[in-house]
Amino acid sequence: MAALANTTATPRTLFDKLWSTHEILRRDNGDTLLWVDRLYLHEGSFHAFDQLAQRKSAVAEPGLVFGFADHYVPTHSRDNEIANPEIARMVRILDNNARRHNFKLFGLQDPRQGIVHVVGPEQGLTLPGMLIVCGDSHTSTHGALGAYAFGIGASEVAHVLMTQTIWQKKPATMRIKVDGKLGPGIGAKDIALAIIAKIGANGAQGHAIEYAGGAVRSLSVEARLTLCNMSIEAGARCGVVAPDATTFAYVKDRPYAPGADQFDAAVARWSSLPSDANAAFDHEHSLAADQIAPVVTWGTSPEDALPIDALVPDPATLSDEGRAKYIRGVLDYMGLSPGQRLTDISVDQVFIGSCTNSRIEDLRVAAAILAGRKAKVPGKVSPGSSLVKQQAEQEGLDRIFRDAGLEWAESGCSMCVGINGDLVPAGNRCASTTNRNFKGRQGPGARTHIMSPAMVAAAAVTGHLADARPLLAGRPA
Amino acid sequence: MDKFTRLTATACPLNVANIDTDQLLPARFLKVSRSAGLGKLLLHDLRLDADGNERPEFPLNRPAWRNARIVVGGANFGGGSSREAAVYALSDYGIRCVIAPSFGDIFAQNSIKNGFLPAVADEADVTELAAMLERHPGHEVTVDLETQSITCGNHVFKFSIPASWRDQLLNGWDEIDLTRSHTREIDGFREARQRSEPWIFRRG
Repeated sequence: MAALANTTATPRTLFDKLWSTHEILRRDNGDTLLWVDRLYLHEGSFHAFDQLAQRKSAVAEPGLVFGFADHYVPTHSRDNEIANPEIARMVRILDNNARRHNFKLFGLQDPRQGIVHVVGPEQGLTLPGMLIVCGDSHTSTHGALGAYAFGIGASEVAHVLMTQTIWQKKPATMRIKVDGKLGPGIGAKDIALAIIAKIGANGAQGHAIEYAGGAVRSLSVEARLTLCNMSIEAGARCGVVAPDATTFAYVKDRPYAPGADQFDAAVARWSSLPSDANAAFDHEHSLAADQIAPVVTWGTSPEDALPIDALVPDPATLSDEGRAKYIRGVLDYMGLSPGQRLTDISVDQVFIGSCTNSRIEDLRVAAAILAGRKAKVPGKVSPGSSLVKQQAEQEGLDRIFRDAGLEWAESGCSMCVGINGDLVPAGNRCASTTNRNFKGRQGPGARTHIMSPAMVAAAAVTGHLADARPLLAGRPA
Repeated sequence: MDKFTRLTATACPLNVANIDTDQLLPARFLKVSRSAGLGKLLLHDLRLDADGNERPEFPLNRPAWRNARIVVGGANFGGGSSREAAVYALSDYGIRCVIAPSFGDIFAQNSIKNGFLPAVADEADVTELAAMLERHPGHEVTVDLETQSITCGNHVFKFSIPASWRDQLLNGWDEIDLTRSHTREIDGFREARQRSEPWIFRRG
């Protein structure tokens, strides 16, 4: 504790503190060996286990390793065997590795099963002050609780499995302040897309982002998870929000959180983490919360994002020929016309789910719009975890989605990445609460528009991209 | 790990921004094991049409560039998903180096672990190099990691790479062996961590 509290000669950022509390040693070239508090695994981690096997090595700290079946799991039903043998094999390999190496697995049949970035916080595995890694770029999500969390590749996963440590170069720091009050119907996804549109898909490359300001402070933990989730879409190494009373209330009494005997000590320690007054950041950006409108993407990078009342860009008006060529290619893929109103873009289907927007608050706001209305297009709602699914059903949200004509599905990564077979057909246009509108992300030739759960519900009800706010007016959300 | 020192080879321009790892290796191929060879799946949906036929206009399909070992990419090359298999696909195809104005952080880290060079150069230099290669398809480029320089005909420019990554590529160091030489420090750190934040080690 002394190390945290009494070495404040220079004001330090939250990120500086997270970094230094995990630093085992530093080499002359700046490479630092960091201690890892949590390694999260999913079915895609098989390359790392292959490396482990090649070296005939053991898992160093099985008690700090947790597995989650999410990427390949079916969402239609859990009653039958997985039909596709290659997909079934992926789920089975993770199962076998968990048994062989003795780490805890939230497997396909576990009532707590779900997306790693939903279940980690939900179970209290993710805690303030931790260093968390996972072979998935959206590991940045966990920064919402004041943890240093980042995605890594298979070789790094193998290194962590074998040593519970990781070599890193310290990223630069960036503070993004969102001050003021968000308008009604505007959420964390709109903030995230507004930021990425402003700074670009690699605007935070090499940086640890700290989200700050009044609008961020007033977000729930679930909304902060959405915000930090999208950090990687701005190219950042990670995103963090300072832990506060909101965080501590969220963490308390979760299964893996500190028990009653340790909770006060934990809170005391976590309370020392926020950035010191006058701590310096390498870069700063700021946004006014009341200027943020509902945002949708029109292109194939999350930076191709605009407020819903805008027009599709016209490459003919651009002097930068490289940029014009890029936009022409994007519009061709997306099947859009220059200068078209975003609200005139009709959609073929919708998807609500993914590690970005599948928590109970996301489902509640979508249900608030869909209640008593019919979706004009088909769609799927996949809760972020089996426990979120259970809670939604207790609240009657499943009935609202079903009555509107949408499929109420099981939990998993599903149509965000499509590797379980949940694909958007080629040429189809999907309004989606996911994080990536990359070419082919939801399936070869699929056209993805990313937006908030409220905006996806609005697209479902109207059949085109639409401002959710009038549809939310007067409804509890 | 393979060393990387100096490479002279055909370089293929792919100079568009945001070639993400989903483009480099589409997600549906992520269950393919490395031993099956991922080279034929590289840039699958850009290289091949829906029927699996080559798109003749795609640079890597043109005779001059089929055997390229260097790619000249655009900004944010390899952004997005952390899939290391994107690097495997490039390597298995035969490519050892990408020159671009910027890279996705995780992609760059993954490259180093595989003896693959992500060379960051000024946007103007990259654009000029790509234009030269378009004018003279099949031209060779030399990438020298010792001097951090790229040469194509009379056009010579510098690239940047963090010093530790450069050392690692030049020497082909094994990171796990290096880490294991610090076992004593790691064990000591773990004990201190368990004292200061015991709840991290709690079993639920």
